[in-house]
Amino acid sequence: MNEIGLSHYLTLSSIIFAIGIVGIFLNRKNVIIILMCIELILLSVNINLVSFSIYLQNLVGQVFTMFILTVAAAEAAVGLAIIVIYFKNKGSIQVEKISSLKG
Amino acid sequence: MLAHALFFYFFSIISVFSAIMVTVSRNTVYSVFFLILVFISVSILFIMIGAEFLGMIMLIVYVGAVAVLFLFVVMMLNINEQLKKENQSKGFINNISLGWIIGSIIFLELLVVIGGWKYKDSFTPLSSLNLNSNLSNTHALGNVLYTEYIHLFQISGMILLVAMIGAITLTFSKRENIKRQSYLKQIQRERSTSISLVDVEKNRGVNIDE
Repeated sequence: MNEIGLSHYLTLSSIIFAIGIVGIFLNRKNVIIILMCIELILLSVNINLVSFSIYLQNLVGQVFTMFILTVAAAEAAVGLAIIVIYFKNKGSIQVEKISSLKG
Repeated sequence: MLAHALFFYFFSIISVFSAIMVTVSRNTVYSVFFLILVFISVSILFIMIGAEFLGMIMLIVYVGAVAVLFLFVVMMLNINEQLKKENQSKGFINNISLGWIIGSIIFLELLVVIGGWKYKDSFTPLSSLNLNSNLSNTHALGNVLYTEYIHLFQISGMILLVAMIGAITLTFSKRENIKRQSYLKQIQRERSTSISLVDVEKNRGVNIDE
């Protein structure tokens, strides 16, 4: 138990990934929590990449993690902007109410 | 090694607990705060295994920018008053079973994948990663990032620019009934069009409307 290896970090990242997936399915209240769950999923991918990068002695994983950080920040900004204008137009961001496309 | 294990379990338990609280908590502001806690503990884990630069960047980018953005939007939209009107627990209960089934299936699959591997005992220190071992993590990342991956780096800058422009144009709205400064009008004004001399007759005054 004292030796912390790659498998511990991979288990942690898979737990966080599963929590993010569960959160997306569980949540019917508002879209913002779904965006946060997407951030959790990206975070777990980052943990995976960084731990493999340290384990394999290869810097490429950390470089890739930086790009994932960039894309996650951009995605959060655009998603929140869409949520803001949706709230302005419809007055509600409940997931059940977002059904204009009848999907 | 014992200290490493203790710190790992401490921060990973904190991060898993607060990740659960992000999805479960009723108040959206609380779940943003728990998201910040997840990011902080994971960045501490990153620093612990030797990726210092990424840990600090996670703190700056996620906690300093993304989480604060979430917080702003949550407080701006005033969702909690919205939710008090509707009955909120109905949809939550309906989807609990489906969510847990799918989530546990994915988690078990990931555990099967992880369990089938053979690992080395522990992490070797990162300093042996570089060609000359006296480089720090930040220095090594910079060496790779600005030479081999310079195109990807610039493309990621373009992505940020596009996201910024997109967010601004999405939320920009023209407001009516506001007097704005028009630079073109100001510059194009001339003396002949804006000033006229008027002879004022005695005891009559001036009619401005003409």
